[in-house]
Amino acid sequence: MSLREQTGARLNLEGISVNFGGVAALTNIHLEVFDGQVTGLIGPNGAGKTTMFNVISGLQKPDRGSVALGDKNVTRFGPARRARLGLARTFQRLELFGSLSSRENVEVALETKHGGGDLTAEGLLHRVGVTSDADRQVSTLPTGEARLVELARALAINPKLICLDEPCSGLDDSETRLLGELLRELASEGRGVLIVEHDMDLVLRICDRIYVLDFGEIIAVGTPDEIRNDPVVQSAYLGTVAPEESADR
Amino acid sequence: METFLTYTVLGIVAGAIYAITATGLVVTYTTTGVFNFAHGAVAMFCAFSYWQLNQQWGWPVWLCLLIVLFGEVPLLALYVEEVYMKRLFGASVVRSLMVTLGLLLILVGGAQALWNGTVQRSLPGYFSNDTVTIFQVVINYHQIITVVIAVLVAVGLRVYFRRFRSGIAMRAVVDDPELLSLSGSSPRNTSRLGWFIGFFLAALAGILIAPQLSVSGLDVNLLTLLVVNGYAAAILGRLRNLPWTFAGGMILGLSENYAAGYLPGHISANLANQIGLLFPVVFLFVALLLLPSARLRAIGRMVVAVPPKIPNLLQSVRSAAVFIVIMWIVAMVISSSIIGSVTQGLALGVVGLSLVLLIGYAGYVSLCQLTFMGIGAYVMSQVAHGGATWWGLILAVVVCGAVGALVALPTLRLQGLYLALATLAFAQAAYYGFFTNISYIPEGGAMAVGRLSIPGISTSGDKAYLVFVAVVFALCAIGILAIRRSRWGRKLVALNDSPAAFATLGMNAAISKMIVFAVAAAIAGVGGVLYAGQPLAISANDVQMFASLEIVLFVTIFGIRTVSGALLGGLAAALLPLASSHLPWWGVGITGIVAGAGISLMAAHPDGVVPIPWINEHLRIPGLAIPLKKKESIDVVA
Repeated sequence: MSLREQTGARLNLEGISVNFGGVAALTNIHLEVFDGQVTGLIGPNGAGKTTMFNVISGLQKPDRGSVALGDKNVTRFGPARRARLGLARTFQRLELFGSLSSRENVEVALETKHGGGDLTAEGLLHRVGVTSDADRQVSTLPTGEARLVELARALAINPKLICLDEPCSGLDDSETRLLGELLRELASEGRGVLIVEHDMDLVLRICDRIYVLDFGEIIAVGTPDEIRNDPVVQSAYLGTVAPEESADR
Repeated sequence: METFLTYTVLGIVAGAIYAITATGLVVTYTTTGVFNFAHGAVAMFCAFSYWQLNQQWGWPVWLCLLIVLFGEVPLLALYVEEVYMKRLFGASVVRSLMVTLGLLLILVGGAQALWNGTVQRSLPGYFSNDTVTIFQVVINYHQIITVVIAVLVAVGLRVYFRRFRSGIAMRAVVDDPELLSLSGSSPRNTSRLGWFIGFFLAALAGILIAPQLSVSGLDVNLLTLLVVNGYAAAILGRLRNLPWTFAGGMILGLSENYAAGYLPGHISANLANQIGLLFPVVFLFVALLLLPSARLRAIGRMVVAVPPKIPNLLQSVRSAAVFIVIMWIVAMVISSSIIGSVTQGLALGVVGLSLVLLIGYAGYVSLCQLTFMGIGAYVMSQVAHGGATWWGLILAVVVCGAVGALVALPTLRLQGLYLALATLAFAQAAYYGFFTNISYIPEGGAMAVGRLSIPGISTSGDKAYLVFVAVVFALCAIGILAIRRSRWGRKLVALNDSPAAFATLGMNAAISKMIVFAVAAAIAGVGGVLYAGQPLAISANDVQMFASLEIVLFVTIFGIRTVSGALLGGLAAALLPLASSHLPWWGVGITGIVAGAGISLMAAHPDGVVPIPWINEHLRIPGLAIPLKKKESIDVVA
């Protein structure tokens, strides 16, 4: 029986460990992301969140453990092969094609063999909320807008699983709210969504399941309510006062 | 046994010099993040200075060493750091490579201007080359001193980097200069110290190696190239590990001498003169291939320069037509003494176009484009038996494309600096192993090549041939711009801007790299056929490493992302040597002077001369300058 048949997960990390020299960046990580759900990954700076994203997307080889996408063990696959299996990601520090316009950034992805379908660059930019001129060079955009272009580009390969590394940084409150709605919408289309984000209101509002990472280890897993009330999480990350309001979905 | 010991001793002495020079390279690289292509040129310049003081003016050895190592070297290091390098921290590999290539040309040009190349110069070894016999092997004191100094350098640096505060700071500065400054150390001073130690060791290597050139005497090019051999040792130490670098120097020195001594007779006879020069570059190529795969990293940096606007097909055809008319007028009015150089400049412009594709669009630094130019001319020479046919051109294009892909194949894993070094090694290997090898190319490496022509139109006249080459340049330029507008061109630019994002979108960088290398090599091959057609021959000298470096540098100075940059770069490379003969004594160094001015300009305008807004607004020549997009404000740079 394949991993996917066992767990039903789109993404499955089993016992992942990564060491940089003598420093353990990730230790024995187990994580699952399911289709149709938004999964959150939170933790203080330096907890290992971006390293985990790099392991998932194939930019970092783990020292131990395995990564499965659907029913395929992809631990030895490079990033391009993983993308062709339906994995897309964005980066904490923008990785846009800076010489190109917003439209061209999305078109490059649309023109890949596995990308596109009926999608258009204009349609995707509109969907993620990019309001500036699509022909403007992307390196001249404000950070928030550039992040949305990166999201549109990730969506252009029509991913089954999308991993977003701090997508809300640089966005104002209303843009953040709209992005939250978009992420729920993507999940409702049957995609798996994994998000690293420091905006706790957003994470607690939109996620179905949250993993909390601290010093490279998962210290808690649960629903937003469980995480909000978890004393270990409160002391490690949320602080002593948990947000009172339980947001509507 | 005695023979073996002799080769061992010679190997250890050569290895000691490689170890000293490679250690200097590594120290500079680890403290400044810049791989100094001018390292060999620094060694050469200091060796010449030492000769001037010691041999020409008769000053005592100790005083000459003091002046060169503790006077000239610190001043040179300070000048280089202040004028060129301080703005390079965090700069792209292309930019930092170009600055050091420029420095190389400045030093070579300076040495050629100061020390007339026709005069034979030599330096005696220390202690008048007195000898001792150890294990039946005769060793002179100079050789012993060389080995002792290498050991002292290795031990001294190890202690310095581990025990002294400034040494530890030097190890930290590349990792995080801001953090270093917070700890109370000055990153600038640390960087200056890095340049000083690097230059000091280069000078030491130059002074130690110079007396061994008893046959050729002090030679600007040879001295610069000999120190280049240290690159291989530095790569074995992965540009950071000093003990491995030292070991790499020794392995290189020993294996080079054993190869000379024990290779089967027919091989060593075939490569009799080249083996000492060929071996280190093959070693370098293999060392690069053995490097572990560089991890694809998210660089978190976005290209901020506004790229040149890409003209549409109609605009580029119109500009090309205007350009051809201008070249036709030029052909009619210029004197016959320079028409050949202008034609060759246009042919080099075609090679420059291949660099626009390769470096400007895709971001792959190649230092071997003139090798492909030579291969193109060689194929034509063989196919057309010293003449020129269109079939010959097609075959030249195919062969160059295939060789380009073959060069790309083993280097698929290499990026940035390592790729540049691999192409440099290939260029050198092709030069020593092929172009100067009489088994393949007799008659001093000269190959007869005819001129291509269109049926009914003769190109035998120089004016007609100039216009013909201009037409081919214009067609190639239209093709390059069409590639840039195409989906593939956009993919190349995307790959250049962010390899990590490129891969995470599921695109295969390896295939793109092979294709772009093949296409660029094929274009350079066309340039070679055109270039050789002017004087009706091409020689090994035309494709040597310095010429390759010059064309890369000049195209970059004028604008590596524009076809105008390729044109002006090609013309500069061909016309500057011509200009030198009309100038006073310093004219020999004109290439270095222009290179120096160019890299200074690049500090403010990294994209080169053509894209400078003022030039576009005020000096727009139809068919030459490409208009820029209106500069947009840059709000945020992530």
